[in-house]
Amino acid sequence: MDRSEVFEKVRDVLVDALAVDEDEVTPEATITGDLGAESIDILDISFKLEQEFGFKIGQGELFPEGVMQDPEFVQEGKVTDKGIATLRETLPHFDFAKLDADRRVETVGQIFTVEALVNFCEHKLQTA
Amino acid sequence: MRWMWIDRVVELVPRERLVSIKHVSRAEEHLHEHFAATPTRRPMPVMPACLIIEGMAQSAGILVGHAEGFREKVVLAKVSKAILEREALPGDTLRYTARIQQMSDMGAATRGKVELISHAAPDEPAEPVQIGQIDLMFSHLDQNMAGAAFPEHNFVFSEGFHTLLRTSGVEMPA
Repeated sequence: MDRSEVFEKVRDVLVDALAVDEDEVTPEATITGDLGAESIDILDISFKLEQEFGFKIGQGELFPEGVMQDPEFVQEGKVTDKGIATLRETLPHFDFAKLDADRRVETVGQIFTVEALVNFCEHKLQTA
Repeated sequence: MRWMWIDRVVELVPRERLVSIKHVSRAEEHLHEHFAATPTRRPMPVMPACLIIEGMAQSAGILVGHAEGFREKVVLAKVSKAILEREALPGDTLRYTARIQQMSDMGAATRGKVELISHAAPDEPAEPVQIGQIDLMFSHLDQNMAGAAFPEHNFVFSEGFHTLLRTSGVEMPA
């Protein structure tokens, strides 16, 4: 499956799960910001990706859980070095350049893009 | 007691499907107001669509809760899809079939079929007709991503649910 096919499937999943229009699902669109996903939608997206691609997604594998509430990883509203290292390790499909430049917690939502989701699925397919 | 919107569970295949029924009764007070007469319209009692969704949510919620022995606090988190093509009138029976599509530690996705059994013709057997589809997402509250804490007591599956299951002949999981 090439990257454009993966993108199309991811787009279909997002259109279905979030009731957004196809043309809103651009690679740069953020899942929780631009497309308006809430926490339950992450589970919905995760279920739908599993069905679409046939792989299993573990808890916290798609999007950070608990990290943002952990005082070791977030201090005074900013992600710590240890937090960044943990996120990098658990979420290799994210592009961390933005978060490196702006450590505020809100930035984490900005790097969870459609492209990150496509990267995630490609990575899962390659390692399945 | 919590407002129950199903009368009986008629089939339960653990972790797979649950079938329940709800008789729509003219004695239910909400039907008097839904819809009341207006100067230009006679009264039109119909089962509110939101309560049909609640009936499916209770059916699917019991199925999801039963799968984990009612240890999880199963809450409705999202109505993914709700299509209802026909109204349910006093005297009709609604039949809800809920199926678990996917389930994890975090929650579950269910698919639901709504059928209507209309008892209008006395000498013909009433056949169920599909009138809708209601797909839902449930969250296991204690596993929520925000890490918020909730009371230990399982307030979701209250006495009303236990009475419903007992009187439906459903055995509680060990």
